[in-house]
Amino acid sequence: MSGIKDRVAIIGMGCSKFGERWDSSSSDLLIEASYEAFEDAGIESKDVQAAWLGTVGSFRTGQPLAAALKLDYIPITRVENACATATDAFRNACYAVAAGIYDIVLAVGVEKLKDSGFSGLAVAEPAGADVNPPVPPPSQFALAATRYFHQYDIPYEEGKMTLAKIASKNHHNGTMSPKAHFQREVSAEQVANAPMVAWPLGLFDCCGVSDGAAAAIITTPEIAKTFRDDYILVKGIGLSVGAFGVLRNDWDFTHFPESVRASQAAYQEAGISDPRQEIDLAMVHDCFTITELIIYEDLGFSPRGRASEDVAAGTFSLEGELPVNTDGGLKCFGHPIGASGIRMIYEVYKQLQGKAEGRQLKDPTLGLTHNLGGRPGSFTCSVALFGTRD
Amino acid sequence: MAGITAYGAYVPRYRLGAETDGWDSPGQRSIANFDEDSVSMAVAAGIDCLKGRDRDAIDGLLFASTTPPYAEKQCASIIAMALDLRRDIFTADITDVLRAGTTALKSALDSVAAGSAKQVLVVASDNRQGAPKGEAERNSGDGAVAFIVSDEEIIAEQAGAYTITENMMDTWRSAGDRFVRSWEDRFTVEEGLERIMGDAVSGFLEKEGLSVKDVSKLALYSPDARRHGQLARHLGFQPEQVQDPLFGRIGNTGAAFPLMLLAAALEEGSPDQLLLTVSYGDGSDVLGFRTTANIGQGASGLGVSGYLDSGQVLDSYETYAKWRDVWLTDSSSRRPQAQSPSVTALWRESDQNIKFHGAVCNQCGYVQYPPQQVCVECQARDDSTPIRLSDKLGTIFTYSLDYLAGTVDTPLAVVVVDFEPGGRVLCMMTDRETSEVKIGLQVEMSFRKLRVVNGIHNYYWKAVPLRGGG
Repeated sequence: MSGIKDRVAIIGMGCSKFGERWDSSSSDLLIEASYEAFEDAGIESKDVQAAWLGTVGSFRTGQPLAAALKLDYIPITRVENACATATDAFRNACYAVAAGIYDIVLAVGVEKLKDSGFSGLAVAEPAGADVNPPVPPPSQFALAATRYFHQYDIPYEEGKMTLAKIASKNHHNGTMSPKAHFQREVSAEQVANAPMVAWPLGLFDCCGVSDGAAAAIITTPEIAKTFRDDYILVKGIGLSVGAFGVLRNDWDFTHFPESVRASQAAYQEAGISDPRQEIDLAMVHDCFTITELIIYEDLGFSPRGRASEDVAAGTFSLEGELPVNTDGGLKCFGHPIGASGIRMIYEVYKQLQGKAEGRQLKDPTLGLTHNLGGRPGSFTCSVALFGTRD
Repeated sequence: MAGITAYGAYVPRYRLGAETDGWDSPGQRSIANFDEDSVSMAVAAGIDCLKGRDRDAIDGLLFASTTPPYAEKQCASIIAMALDLRRDIFTADITDVLRAGTTALKSALDSVAAGSAKQVLVVASDNRQGAPKGEAERNSGDGAVAFIVSDEEIIAEQAGAYTITENMMDTWRSAGDRFVRSWEDRFTVEEGLERIMGDAVSGFLEKEGLSVKDVSKLALYSPDARRHGQLARHLGFQPEQVQDPLFGRIGNTGAAFPLMLLAAALEEGSPDQLLLTVSYGDGSDVLGFRTTANIGQGASGLGVSGYLDSGQVLDSYETYAKWRDVWLTDSSSRRPQAQSPSVTALWRESDQNIKFHGAVCNQCGYVQYPPQQVCVECQARDDSTPIRLSDKLGTIFTYSLDYLAGTVDTPLAVVVVDFEPGGRVLCMMTDRETSEVKIGLQVEMSFRKLRVVNGIHNYYWKAVPLRGGG
């Protein structure tokens, strides 16, 4: 196995404005993100030789991408893999380039959530016996929060405040993200005192629901050199799918094996042995505050049961040792499911290029993205690593 | 000879009572939760009755109710499957009349006496709805009762039966009606209850060569407390002969009512007593039973008294009105429309969903729910043995309380339950006060109605706090 490290490069990226895009269709969002990526790369749509379209529910096939961009009968594959959809579309595009099949490809993810008339995630399930509890995502992750507090003997008020600091940090970062849905400060006290959604998670423990799209142009490092000097290299990609957590009588609900396995695979590909020291920034799947807390531990940033200490120390703030969700994360961008993974890559790409405006970190060289799709006990997790050229 | 071998009962946890804001009656009545109906309560009473007994010994199941959820489609078959009874049994729904409970019990006694069955389970269950704040609502209660009728290990031997059938339009509910209707009570008492039940009881006594004073306890139907006393006096019984009708505690539980009083009489009974149960509705059934020396052996569950004593008065009538769907709310208006369950999938998954079977791997012993073709622990394929989890105790491993899930009963308690023999399920919790939901709480499983879509009543199991203090 030769792995993906340094075998593909990103030469252009685009990201639509995220938010309640009442006046934009899914196709409009695809065009907004894709054309920014084309312009950033200095290519035209006719230069794209193959494309991967990530969406969970906005489209069923790859055809709408061809229709929107007027692509020239090229191969297009629609990818769906829960909240890791966009990263998986990106992953498949990378592999096709690494395999030498294509020179220049497009990976784009989109989701239009705000046409449903419903303020949560409205994704139709196939017909079944329909006896499983109607458990919306906040409750699914609340199960993890309840157990986390219990397992580590964290008093409720203290646990709530730890989670609140995560939300508040991300909101602070979001104030410097012009493309974010939410761009205002929210204090930890506001988060902790917000109305309850799914005990112990309150309104501000939950990420937003938004429309959006994001796109990446992928090529080989050799070709990338002909386009720009500050192309970004893919250093590793891990994908882990698990679906039997609840069948395991001994699973603790306080760690997500899918995150552990996907990150280990990516670290191994990239040759990382001490993620906390080596990684300069991470964009992780903060669908809920508890998720981000557990991710700190699953990705090896914090020891088990001690992520709260790092939160208290500000380790993951913009000025901290390992800034996490520098653009505001899902908390501020919302979670248009099929777009989120590439939106995260967009932030890492901009940070590594030194183009992240007010939220720019000092000379980062290695960034991580992480998506977690499903629910505790049954996840699709993707972890990807990106670096600057030598 | 046929008789009663075992009995059990079920009274829902919740009650309307003096402490219920907006409820203007001093007494209590039992009320089914929003996810309970005659079928789910029948299953609960069946479980109470079958506790510690061999379910494979049951040869038939009769379900009696005036409130079956289906107009066409048998309910006894749902109950039999939820109770994990054998497939080669006979079943029937006996419905449409308040007398249905005693009719079912008599049919079971006749089957056993005739030798066509060894053990028959009779379950009577009702949740009749009166119009909001009306007399029928005030006097009714919800509940269920179950008996095993057999010719062995009898605790109360059948001692005669007498029936009058008479077409009588005094209480009725037409197809499509939600609420029970009645004619003027002076007429229905004089020409209905008093005359017909009087003729039935005197007919019974005459036929059996007995007199009123031979009767130890009378389990007597009546629509309400006042008329219960009147009726007993009219029939010539002394107060000490009359089984407490539990008005002001449970209420008139319809087809189940005289049989719940019979079960209560058995609970309090001693050997060699003559018990009479008298029902009413388009006539009257009178069934006599003589208790035996085994009288103490019939109950292994909570019974009427156990369930009666583990009640909780509801805080407000508004909550009850929401449960009964007579208080319209917009809780579902902003959620995606529920789609019909796939009947095919329901059928395919009935062992796991209705019987609530998990599986024990034959290779490594790992217990898993739902059953898996490939073992989650050792990956052995198609090599496991079913394990019934519906009657196993469990413990809450973790939980959440969801305020936006769109349930009538906010917050929705979602719990992960670990069963004593192993196996874990993520399910809803019901009949709970929010403050009760805690990690480590011991729970049992209860068969409940999840929702009705496309006319399909979709049942599944939910966790509930242990009734009767465990």
